[in-house]
Amino acid sequence: MKNASASAAERGEDSNNHNSKSPAKRLKDVEVSVPIVYGTISFWLGKKATETQSHKWTVYVRGATNADLGAVVKRVVFQLHPSFNNPVRAVESPPFELSECGWGEFEIAITLYFHADACDKPLTLFHHLKLYSEDEPGTQSIKKPVVVESYDEIVFPDPSENFFARVKNHPAILSYVSAPLGLHSVEEVNEAKEEETKDHPLSQWFKNFSEGDELSKLAAARQQVQGHIVKLRNQLSSMNGQLESVVIECD
Amino acid sequence: MDAKDILGIPKTTPSLPHEKKSRPPKDSQRKPDGISREVYALTGGLAPLMPSIDVNQLKKKTQAENEKITWQWLPFTSSARKDNLQLYHWVRVVNGVPPTGDYSFAKYNKSIDVIKYTDEEYEKFLEDPAWTREETDQLFDLSARFDLRFVVIADKLPYSRTVEELKNRYYSVSRAILIARAASPADVSGHPLVKEPYNLAQETERKRALSMILSQSKHQERRDAEVYAEAKKIMEARMAAKAAQDSELIPISTGGAGDAERDNVNVDDESPSNPQFLSAPPISIAETASASASLRKLRVYLRTYGFEQMVQAASSSAGLRTIKRVEQILQDLGVNMKPKVPTKTVCEEHLELRKEILTLLNLQKQFQYKEAEGSSYREGSYPETPGTPKSFQRILDQDRTFIPDSTCFGGEHIVKRDQKRKAPGRPTDASSSPANKRPRKLKNTDE
Repeated sequence: MKNASASAAERGEDSNNHNSKSPAKRLKDVEVSVPIVYGTISFWLGKKATETQSHKWTVYVRGATNADLGAVVKRVVFQLHPSFNNPVRAVESPPFELSECGWGEFEIAITLYFHADACDKPLTLFHHLKLYSEDEPGTQSIKKPVVVESYDEIVFPDPSENFFARVKNHPAILSYVSAPLGLHSVEEVNEAKEEETKDHPLSQWFKNFSEGDELSKLAAARQQVQGHIVKLRNQLSSMNGQLESVVIECD
Repeated sequence: MDAKDILGIPKTTPSLPHEKKSRPPKDSQRKPDGISREVYALTGGLAPLMPSIDVNQLKKKTQAENEKITWQWLPFTSSARKDNLQLYHWVRVVNGVPPTGDYSFAKYNKSIDVIKYTDEEYEKFLEDPAWTREETDQLFDLSARFDLRFVVIADKLPYSRTVEELKNRYYSVSRAILIARAASPADVSGHPLVKEPYNLAQETERKRALSMILSQSKHQERRDAEVYAEAKKIMEARMAAKAAQDSELIPISTGGAGDAERDNVNVDDESPSNPQFLSAPPISIAETASASASLRKLRVYLRTYGFEQMVQAASSSAGLRTIKRVEQILQDLGVNMKPKVPTKTVCEEHLELRKEILTLLNLQKQFQYKEAEGSSYREGSYPETPGTPKSFQRILDQDRTFIPDSTCFGGEHIVKRDQKRKAPGRPTDASSSPANKRPRKLKNTDE
């Protein structure tokens, strides 16, 4: 009986992995990376604010260039503070966002569920909801919201063939192919194109995350460090030479 | 009397205690008349705030207007009884028509179909050395009487047989008969008896094991738990070692080759420093390789999480102090500890930068070490160095001027450490310095 159930489980696993007849092959030297931005935007309600509802805020997950995440993400579950009615809110289609009214700051757990061919395990992010801005405490404006966004990338290290074929040409999804040897020669198969921002009421507050700034800083830092390394190496070699010559002389 | 008296705080307004006093007598007077005093006291002396059951919510039994219900004492028979005993009971009669149908509990009178074999069949299929015909007959008879309750049957039988043996005999006989009587083997193959035959040895073993576990003392339970935990740890360690081994094999060869190349590009007489240099990176390369292998095993992960893992792996070979110095240098260079925009390239660049800083720190340590050696030569603590201390000193002074350069990031530490360190009173050749290097390195990481 044990053998029968074990093989049945195996067969079940296989059928989950592939929808078509051939078993899903996983591409070992391809990495699919989905840049996302997640965060909250909160508006003070001003005159309409009450004790329990002083701010209206929205928590969301979006593609870094405002592209559609629906190709990768099936649904997003936001877990709010238990004082909310039905604190577990599921959003089944893009745009993956949730708006609520409240008065308190708390940590929101954002769980991303992916399509079956991408990944069967969900991924959870945490974000602290910020309602009050740091500058000018006490003065809040109805027009200027408090925006906190974080940039991150979802990495699929071993994508399945189906998934990769599907997202190869997606404008917002990056794919990296590395050479078979251990040395990484990274080629970007897809560059993140500038997609026109879809009409989103909050898109004016979205921050633009560009890697150029950090890259240039890092490159400058590396150059400096490498320069010091070269200098030290030269010194060391000259010192070694001197030591050897001294020792030889002494003998 | 009161704590407030002791503290000297004036008592609260007198209206409160008056209220309290007036309430209890009012309450006990206010109890409703419908229930007795004791029952009322169960609720705490006050009426419940809300009715616990809303009477209107209870279902009402609907009774149609035209029906007349009476109850009558009538006789009945049951199909479950083999005799014709007639018993009486109350029956709900609707409009003078008594209900029809069998006794409602007769359907629960189920019995097990015990197989009956003929003599022929016995001789053909059921001969067994351990069992006589009589015994088998008795077994089957009792099984039928007691509905296959083997524990009871075992008690009833005159000869002592374990329950498992009885089961074994019964099931094997039934199975043999089934197969024999079936038109073709295919018909019966679906029957559970045929598919999974009773395994005497397995069952006996299983029951023995169960009873052992049941009768285990607490002490034994604890010991078992400990053994399990240890076994688990060993398994995990083995898995980790295996994973590290698998991933170590490939990257070390390429990593070592890459570093050696870089060294050879610089200067030819770098050769003494080469072996020292290579000793440091392979440790962290193995770590990063195993970290990236474990990342690849995850189906999905966040770039920031992967980045943190790689950073940890890369700095695993360094001590806490070294890590702090790396971070200090990063700060001075104006680079964020955690990249604000963690794209793949940014993370890779950051990791490379960290590795380079580690290399730099290593080199600085070597440099100081060499200096210390040089200074020991200078002090002339051994007879083998009679000549040219001057030229040496000049070189050292020259070298010292370079140190202020490196104070631009954390150099103060370097100078201090130089003064702290005592010169080793042992002549060391350049070639044997790697051997001495290692104990030094350990000391540093302990700091």
